[in-house]
Amino acid sequence: MALLDRTARGLFLVELVKGMALTFSYMFRPRATINYPYERGPTSPRFRGEHALRRYPNGEERCIACKLCEAICPALAITIEAEPREDGSRRTTRYDIDMTKCIYCGLCQEACPVDAIVEGPNLEFATETREELFYNKEKLLANGDRWEALIAANLAADAPYR
Amino acid sequence: MLENWAHLWDQLPLIVRIVASILVITVPLLIGMAMLTYFERKVMAAMQLRQGPALVGPWGLLQAFADGLKLLSKEVIIPAGANRVVFLAAPMLTFLLALVAWAVIPFGEGLVLADINVGVLYLFAISSLGVYGIIMAGWASNSKYAFLGGLRAAAQMVSYEVSIGLVIITVLLCVGSLNLSKIVEAQKSIWFFIPLFPMFIIFFISALAETNRAPFDLPEGESELSGGFNVEYSSMAFALFFLGEYINMILMSGMTSILFLGGWLPPLDIAPLNWIPGPLWFILKICFCLFCFIWVRATLPRYRYDQLMRLGWKVFLPFSLIWVVLTAGVLVYFDLLPK
Repeated sequence: MALLDRTARGLFLVELVKGMALTFSYMFRPRATINYPYERGPTSPRFRGEHALRRYPNGEERCIACKLCEAICPALAITIEAEPREDGSRRTTRYDIDMTKCIYCGLCQEACPVDAIVEGPNLEFATETREELFYNKEKLLANGDRWEALIAANLAADAPYR
Repeated sequence: MLENWAHLWDQLPLIVRIVASILVITVPLLIGMAMLTYFERKVMAAMQLRQGPALVGPWGLLQAFADGLKLLSKEVIIPAGANRVVFLAAPMLTFLLALVAWAVIPFGEGLVLADINVGVLYLFAISSLGVYGIIMAGWASNSKYAFLGGLRAAAQMVSYEVSIGLVIITVLLCVGSLNLSKIVEAQKSIWFFIPLFPMFIIFFISALAETNRAPFDLPEGESELSGGFNVEYSSMAFALFFLGEYINMILMSGMTSILFLGGWLPPLDIAPLNWIPGPLWFILKICFCLFCFIWVRATLPRYRYDQLMRLGWKVFLPFSLIWVVLTAGVLVYFDLLPK
């Protein structure tokens, strides 16, 4: 009887028809992918993307050159040089991040006492040359200006859980 | 007006008329082939819950032309150890044979380039010759992958041609003619896929094997032969193989519709259905078969080579042979043989 059953199943292509019916039904399901450059998945407020140096609303840069980020960076990606400015405040003269070394662990933004260095929501900063990934202070501040609105919103959204 | 045009047409020199008829068939065929690659990618994407090409042109419709343009702009690389003449002749042969077969396909009542009485034999011969393109490519490439792919293709196509031949014989028994238009006209009362349903399935599966489509795409075998017989080809030479394969798919779909799905005939000869012109019905049936080709590819994994051979020789061949005898017996016993 089992043999007959198996033969009949083989002869009438039962499994084959079942499989084909399954793939056919899948044709009418909504797609599981998103149309990436035009559609995007949601990102968490804690997303650790491209770095940025923030400013206060009056335009003064936040970083006070305490070098905590440089000290904590496990990949040794951050290089800071600092000296007192003309008005006596302590500011960086050089703030470099080697993005090819960075492991995006987020320890720099955890260490920062003034929320100056942050990892923003941007994840599309691929470049054509390696050199373009050696960020300097100017580039980081420009990033900060560009993404400030989103960065501030993300920090505010995450604040209750810190 | 139409008679004037017909008159003008008859006055043209024969060579012009022939070239024009050939262009009328091949140009839509090539465009159809381009659309088929797009259609295949879209259907497979839908079945795999993806989106498929969507960037080139509206809904990605121009994707195939972009691909073609890319292939055209590439360099034809001829391997150092290859036999140059055979290497370059192989894709041309494949492409040529795929196109030549269309000469006898009837698109509608009387709409056929060469209405010869041995149409089926001609088609059968041309599709058997198709294997030479692949064997030549496999041998001339002087590469082990291409060679193995060529060998597989040869063995596979020869095996499945046997059962295709027997399936065609059953159809011929019911029609009594080798003329493709006659075969279609014989299906006015009932399409052959109903009385000959098992043969229809066997023909369709053998057509998959004949065109090297999944699940019988062993000659290509990306996973173990890294592309098979066309592994050494690039640029337009590769594109010709690609074109040949897809035109062969359309051809086999056309053959399936002519032999089993009533060619240009509407499903029922009643008012709303027979308003649609015959060629359109034919194209619709071809599209349906092509959808099945793609559907099978999206569903089934590739056969192992010994399974492929077992299916061809130990299942299809005896089964179709028995069915030939059975059909012949029924036709003779009930005196249904075509006069």
